[in-house]
Amino acid sequence: MIRTRVIPILLLQNHQLVKTTQFKNPKYIGDCINALKIFNEKGADELAVLDINASLKKKPDFKFVEQLVGECFMPLAYGGGIQTIEQAQQLFSIGIEKIVLGASAHEIPTLVTALANQFGSQSVVISVDVKKDWLGRARVHIQNGKRNTGVDPLVYAKRMEELGAGELIIHSIDRDGSGSGYDLELIEQVAPNLKIPIVALGGAGNINDFAKAKQAGASAVAAGSLFVFKGPHKAVLISYPTPNELKNLNA
Amino acid sequence: MITIIDYGVGNLGSIQNMLQRIGVPSWVTSIAEEVKKAEHIILPGVGAFDAAMAKLGQTEIPDLLRERAAKGYPILGICLGAQLLTSKSEEGTLPGLNLIEAHCIKFNASAIAPLKVPHMGWNEVSMREGHPINNFSNLEMPPRFYFAHSYHMMANEKFVLGSTQHGNSFPSILHDGNILAMQFHPEKSHHYGMQILKNFSDWKP
Repeated sequence: MIRTRVIPILLLQNHQLVKTTQFKNPKYIGDCINALKIFNEKGADELAVLDINASLKKKPDFKFVEQLVGECFMPLAYGGGIQTIEQAQQLFSIGIEKIVLGASAHEIPTLVTALANQFGSQSVVISVDVKKDWLGRARVHIQNGKRNTGVDPLVYAKRMEELGAGELIIHSIDRDGSGSGYDLELIEQVAPNLKIPIVALGGAGNINDFAKAKQAGASAVAAGSLFVFKGPHKAVLISYPTPNELKNLNA
Repeated sequence: MITIIDYGVGNLGSIQNMLQRIGVPSWVTSIAEEVKKAEHIILPGVGAFDAAMAKLGQTEIPDLLRERAAKGYPILGICLGAQLLTSKSEEGTLPGLNLIEAHCIKFNASAIAPLKVPHMGWNEVSMREGHPINNFSNLEMPPRFYFAHSYHMMANEKFVLGSTQHGNSFPSILHDGNILAMQFHPEKSHHYGMQILKNFSDWKP
């Protein structure tokens, strides 16, 4: 049986590891390569690195990505600034397993299809960032949550599946950094209606939240804060659950 | 010395990194003269079947691989590279390298629902005993590896060295003499991946 993947999300700014709350106020965590080494030793299932600077510059920092890959003996997804097939090609040849598209999937839908055709859909992941609007309706946002596309998450997710995406990260902006649990309603709304796997992200507060997201239909669970902070005062401590702690999740 | 074939698609960096970590010398090449002399060959691959076959088809590599295969040198295909060693795939129309008697089909998403396609993540491989590739002395069994694919290989049982459950059981390692085809990514599979690549590098079929 396939195991439920548990994926640390590493958010980068200026080559440093940071963590946001509701996509705002990035807090410095530490050195990215060091964090990566720790997750390697702990045998993390998979990692995703999202580079805020690269998104703004619309261009991945290939040299830096190459350094990360060199430390990584698990699948590594990269997101940030990918706008063209050539950039994706370069990332794959460096050793990135999957690329994550955000705004570019919305703005250049043909890119999703072209990437899936060339590299296979299993390597194309779309980050679907969801925030409730002032009427309380869940809507997909892009550009680090700044722009509301006005599109309903399920409609958006189905569109991405049809375009050829192989996986979607359903990221709750409202829950980002909150530790209050995943937005299960959102996962339940999206996951059962798709053939492709869904990764739940945003709000994981403890290991029990993983099983809840799985129950709601997620194929994988991801988290940022949970793996980098410890305790009520949010002391920085990089951690990852042991195989024993994950036993119930994969029972 | 492991020769990793570069034909413009594939995760060459990560394979080389892992080999380096386990102390196995390797290098990446696309040069025909060098492939001609290669003694342990890895054919990587990420992406779509036809795109990869088309790229390979622009080079002398297919003929050279057949030549090395016929001489008994070990060849390991990884992920799409494994699928390229078969005769064909439902994903495309171009013929494969046909170094192993097998073909590739798509997972039937509706038949295996609520399981998903692509089959993506860590899964167990139950392996036939006795093959030198199946040697995980210090690790918890069964071995588990990272998969990411929508198509899988099909072959006569005598070629199946390892199989994996995703809805149904499918062949995740094929072998025929000196040819090995692994559907998963050893280079992304931590200790299990390191061990199986080590086993491959020690293998003298």
